[in-house]
Amino acid sequence: MQTHTFKPDLPPPALSVGVVGWLRANLFSSWFNTLLTLFAAYLVWLMLPPLIQWAFIDADWTGTTRADCTSGGACWVFVQQRFGQFMYGFYPSELRWRVDLTLWLAVIGAAPLFVPQMPRKAMYGLAFLVVYPLLAFWLLHGGFFGLSTVSTSQWGGLMLTLVIAAVGIAGALPLGILLALGRRSDMPAIRVICVTFIEFWRGVPLITVLFMSSVMLPLFLPEGLSFDKLMRALIGVILFQSAYIAEVVRGGLQAIPKGQYEAAAAMGLGYWRMMGLVILPQALKLVIPGIVNTFIALFKDTSLVIIIGLFDLLNSIKQATTDPAWLGMATEGYVFAALIFWIFCFGMSRYSQHLERKLDTGHKR
Amino acid sequence: MQTTANVPRPGGSVWTDPKARAWLFQILAVIAVVALGWFLFDNTQTNLEKRGITSGFSFLNNSAGFGIAQHLIDYDESNSYGRVFVVGLLNTLLVSVIGIVLATLLGFLLGVARLSPNWLISKLATVYIETFRNIPPLLQIFFWYFAVMLSLPGPRQSMGVGEAFFLNSRGLYMPAPSPTDSFGLFAGAVVVAIIGVVLLSRWSKARFEATGQLFPVSLGAIPLLIGLPGLAILLGGNPLQWSVPELTGFNFRGGWVLIPELMALTLALTIYTAAFIAENVRSGIMAVNHGQTEAARSLGLPAGKTLRLVIIPQALRVIIPPLTSQYLNLAKNSSLAAGIGYPDMVSLFAGTVLNQTGQAIEVIAITMSVYLAISISISMLMNWYNKRIALIER
Repeated sequence: MQTHTFKPDLPPPALSVGVVGWLRANLFSSWFNTLLTLFAAYLVWLMLPPLIQWAFIDADWTGTTRADCTSGGACWVFVQQRFGQFMYGFYPSELRWRVDLTLWLAVIGAAPLFVPQMPRKAMYGLAFLVVYPLLAFWLLHGGFFGLSTVSTSQWGGLMLTLVIAAVGIAGALPLGILLALGRRSDMPAIRVICVTFIEFWRGVPLITVLFMSSVMLPLFLPEGLSFDKLMRALIGVILFQSAYIAEVVRGGLQAIPKGQYEAAAAMGLGYWRMMGLVILPQALKLVIPGIVNTFIALFKDTSLVIIIGLFDLLNSIKQATTDPAWLGMATEGYVFAALIFWIFCFGMSRYSQHLERKLDTGHKR
Repeated sequence: MQTTANVPRPGGSVWTDPKARAWLFQILAVIAVVALGWFLFDNTQTNLEKRGITSGFSFLNNSAGFGIAQHLIDYDESNSYGRVFVVGLLNTLLVSVIGIVLATLLGFLLGVARLSPNWLISKLATVYIETFRNIPPLLQIFFWYFAVMLSLPGPRQSMGVGEAFFLNSRGLYMPAPSPTDSFGLFAGAVVVAIIGVVLLSRWSKARFEATGQLFPVSLGAIPLLIGLPGLAILLGGNPLQWSVPELTGFNFRGGWVLIPELMALTLALTIYTAAFIAENVRSGIMAVNHGQTEAARSLGLPAGKTLRLVIIPQALRVIIPPLTSQYLNLAKNSSLAAGIGYPDMVSLFAGTVLNQTGQAIEVIAITMSVYLAISISISMLMNWYNKRIALIER
């Protein structure tokens, strides 16, 4: 008996596979898409080559003064020469190792928290949160245990930006959690106080808050009690940011099913133990991405301290561009600042997206 | 949410009664807030007395004595601080409104572009969004102002488009219209045309619902909108007179000018906020189930109508709430004007006026209330709109 043999499959049409197929599907699927592609390609061609030419090919990388920038492109010599100021502000150069050490301690100290298998992570994290700020203050500010004092008016550059952001979030987080709990409380008076507080800070721009903390705070405090400029800015930032954190945490509290509250109450847990042991661990886990996003916003907002005359990264660069020896370097300076901010913010937003995927364990209702 | 059992245990004391404890806590909280308020108020009183500052709002009537680069109402140095406040407020509103309109347009465009099946377009939109939303707005404002606007050529070497638009380091000069005698006729024709189009679309909708027959509204609307005003121009002559800027001496005269501060601020706020709006638009469109598209297409709706009648109304419901907060952010970010000296609420009032008068508390209180009022108005407006388009569920 003759067995039937199938003919081999025909290959797919040459125009629908490989590079040609991809191009046809993604760039030239219709006349309108072709038009769009051509337009976009024209845009890219218009912008990218001059940018690369300016930033890399025609750029000057080595030298010490403005006169070394001769090729007409970007003058990165400026950034190179002022790099120390951009990073540390007016921090005495022989003491800058203290800033570096603080940063390394943060990296080394926080690293175990990112290891999933680490035992007793919560205990370690709590200890780190208590010990590290004291250590950091001692290293950065000094004044006791043998380190000389560096007053906060000498702090500046990226270091100051990081200090404001870190202290801001560390102060705003506990306050924000309390406010969120207060807003969800059964007690009307507490609720009204918290809602008023939150809505007030969320309704005004950070600039006016900084203005307020710099001109009104001295009036509010009794004679003899005064804060330095940085402290006043930090108070403003913490109060402002805590309102935003409160709203993020409230989102998490609302996402916890009512059964969890009822179960905790049925176990005989009081309010604080119910919140601390049952509700908040779940709610905070849900809102970690939201908190990271708030932190990104805070990090970008730190640049506003320029308004009250603190020398953060942006202000250091702005001051450097007005130096007569380096006039006309505004573009290079701001591009460099943008790059630094971008690296931090983009990195954090990617991390937040990663967390969102990792923590998505089906808690949402 | 009711979270604690509110039934007092039999035989328990007052301390274990949740209701009594709630009362106690609330009374304590109110006392603490009042005490804090009194503490601050008392300190402020003492400090003000010591510094010899009299509080009150009478300073608003004093003459300001400084000029302002951009004022939408008549203003000169002899005007009062009260008028400075109005000038600043109008400038803030101006930049917020322009920014909101432009950022919405750009944001929707980018959001749709990011979802485009065209690989190049969607990648370009992604690059734009990821770049600009991760750079602080103040830095963007500085870039546009110090690195771009101020390095434009001077008035004599300005870049011109035709003989009407000129861009230089002092701003963008453009022709300004002023109404002529026949403007009334022209405006009347436009109003009549708009009313006509509204009536026409109502009639066509009623007819469609009654008979199922479609009437292409644009067929009647376009001639109406072009024809009537055109007829008015033919009859009455040019309704607007254009004053064109001209280079006289070292600067331009005539026409309108957009000062560089306004341009830098608007550009930066638009570009920054559009990146966020684009993400909101994208998530809104993606939130509409693909089954909706398929269902609409299987009912025989063409692609355009599917988008207009099925996808967009559902996507808007998701988009509106985050869009509201972006609008609020833009209005609040307009206060960054203080960084480049655009004469807005903050830089004029909380900056110059505060420095001149020393009335810190009054000035900051007024400034903050203005922003609170703006925030509340925007969110009320958007809540109203949100309610209007919200899904009415059974």
